[in-house]
Amino acid sequence: MRFSEVPIAGPWGERHLLGLERLTADQIQTVLDLADYYHRMTQKGAVRLDLLKGFVVANLFFENSTRTRTSFSLAAKRLGADTVDFSASSSSLSKGETFVDTALTIEAMGVDLVVCRHRTPGAPHLLSRHLRAGVLNAGDGTHEHPTQGLLDILTIRQKLGRIHGLTVALVGDIRHSRVARSNIHGLIKLGARVIVCGPSTLIPADIVELGVEVAYDLDRILPEVDCVNLLRVQFERQRGAFFPSISEYAALFGMNGDRIRRGKDGMLVLAPGPINRGVELTPEVADGPNSVILNQVSNGLLVRMACLTLLARERQKAVEVAQ
Amino acid sequence: MNRLVLSGGQVIDPANSIDAPGDLVIADGRVVSIERPGSVPADAGGRWIDVSGCIVCPGFIDPHVSLREPGFEEDECTASGTAAALAGGFTSVAAQSDTDPVVDNRSSAEFVRLQAERAGNCRVYPLGAVTKRSSGEELAEIGQLVAGGAVGFSDAKRPVANAEVMRRALEYTQMFNRPILHFAIVPELAEGGVMHEGFESTRLGLRGIPAAAQDIMVGRDIALVQLTGGRLHLMNISTEDSVERIRIAQRRGLKITADVTPHHLYLTDREMDRFDTMYKCFPPLRTPEHIRALIEGLKDGTISCISADHQPLAIEKKAVELDIAPPGICGLETLLPVCAKALIEPGHLSWSQLISKLTCGPADVLGLPHGRLTSGVLADVTVIDPSEVWTISAGDFRSRSRNTPFDGLQVQGRVIMTIVGGDVRYRSRPATKF
Repeated sequence: MRFSEVPIAGPWGERHLLGLERLTADQIQTVLDLADYYHRMTQKGAVRLDLLKGFVVANLFFENSTRTRTSFSLAAKRLGADTVDFSASSSSLSKGETFVDTALTIEAMGVDLVVCRHRTPGAPHLLSRHLRAGVLNAGDGTHEHPTQGLLDILTIRQKLGRIHGLTVALVGDIRHSRVARSNIHGLIKLGARVIVCGPSTLIPADIVELGVEVAYDLDRILPEVDCVNLLRVQFERQRGAFFPSISEYAALFGMNGDRIRRGKDGMLVLAPGPINRGVELTPEVADGPNSVILNQVSNGLLVRMACLTLLARERQKAVEVAQ
Repeated sequence: MNRLVLSGGQVIDPANSIDAPGDLVIADGRVVSIERPGSVPADAGGRWIDVSGCIVCPGFIDPHVSLREPGFEEDECTASGTAAALAGGFTSVAAQSDTDPVVDNRSSAEFVRLQAERAGNCRVYPLGAVTKRSSGEELAEIGQLVAGGAVGFSDAKRPVANAEVMRRALEYTQMFNRPILHFAIVPELAEGGVMHEGFESTRLGLRGIPAAAQDIMVGRDIALVQLTGGRLHLMNISTEDSVERIRIAQRRGLKITADVTPHHLYLTDREMDRFDTMYKCFPPLRTPEHIRALIEGLKDGTISCISADHQPLAIEKKAVELDIAPPGICGLETLLPVCAKALIEPGHLSWSQLISKLTCGPADVLGLPHGRLTSGVLADVTVIDPSEVWTISAGDFRSRSRNTPFDGLQVQGRVIMTIVGGDVRYRSRPATKF
């Protein structure tokens, strides 16, 4: 199978996928449409393509992650690419090698695409300035997590048929959430109304300049929203106490059966996992009819296949030009 | 008699309110006189240098420069740092105490002077630590440090967070009539911060340092100066509110001075979206509103000095992720052109006003007998070509480090000659061109 056989109608032209802030609405639609195409292919039973045969995708994970890494690995394998995994939990400095050195070493082994997860905002951007390989941001600290944003948006589009005109609430720890930032950029570009809702200590005041509305009372906004995205409380990124107790958080912002009943009929409940059951949402909601959490997981695979395809195509163009 | 004449330039000596064409006559290392332009013939004896089209002014003075020796020679040493100073037009620098070991005793201060003498570049005046090991707990041997040549006291980038310790330091230093140079930041509000806290930090997901981190400590320091009558110099002022607080304190007659860096005048927090560690500095780059306030502070004299806040850092220290990269900019060699871009080109300051911030301003803070071209003073002189257009190249730095956000920037205005005690120690172009 060749790139020309895959239906890529919209614009792309990016060598790297660093964040949704830098993409246009049309570029985002290109990814979503390609993911939908892979969805149809998968439903027809085609689980393995050889589109990326001969490509090497390196997973560079400087921060622990099982779900995202597995999803990226599987996406690459389904497209026929070879994958290598590299994980380093410690900071690069303690190893005496700089982060850029590590990436250059891995690139020298003949890598085409680098999937990077790092606890520091901008780490993939730094790589993109030093590597010839395409760089895919799999989460940089509290900055962006573009494939998560895309898969959330894809899930909403699949279930509700559109993004334009919808009201989406992002609930929880906005300050420390890269998922929130990617969702905000993507949703607003596609014409959604976005409300961020959470403890005032976890919503930076300047966030309104990104075009969102701010609310502190979840119950008040529930009747207006078409979907809620329950962000995980990032206990590990918080410096000091941002709210008095977990039970108070759950009482104010946790999604439970009562709140589901107070919301619109068919309100979607998303959660970018791993979820803290009993904190952001109750098991009743997580496993209930409004929850699309498992759809998010399978869409994650499709979105990552789409992103890898688009970046591999650019990579091949660049190699052809170089030759 | 060893004579040197700088002929045909515009002599700018803000301390003596001079800004006029003139020939500067130097003999035996001291300023003799400023003569009518062209009145000293080329064959009058000694060296005669044509500096027409250039500004002739007192040598620049930086009130706090990190020379990194001993302990951090991978970044800089006294010889390289003072060579960088000369190339930046500086004839005197005060050396920060932030070496390893810290300059908290007489012999360490004397070592600073010894290394400077060996290097033979610009003059170096040691700053002593305020507290032992700059740990903020016990006063350093301030009297012994004065005996070793310390002209002021500073714990460099480590704020004296304990108000009681700061109070005692402000009281004790009065006996020696030396200022404390304080880096006023509330440590708890700055901890782990990478950039200015505001919309940009929210957008980029980078941990912010609020302006209040500086404002609060400036406020505390002013209250302590009021309590003690001490002499305080606030380094690296970066916020609107801090400038206003200092302005009010000065009106009340308190002995408080302040400085600002060129990068805080020229760059904003918007630059951080490059995620480039070269822009990481402490305090962080602020917003245009803060810059406007800093410029107002320079105009009305609230801020009397500009310091490069020279923080040389080896390349491997900056080639890491933003949150672990140390803050700081290697600034001595780019100070003048960046100030010209930020202050002269937009018309905020005249050359005379800018030069005062680099000469008599810092000299008065540190009590140094330099920064003016009064007859009889040591002939520390800097010559600037205000019209030379050139491109900053970090590769050409005399400093051992290259950490600058200004690499490749096209600028106008250049230091072309630096004279220390009548001796030409630096020239940007071959002697025949003069």
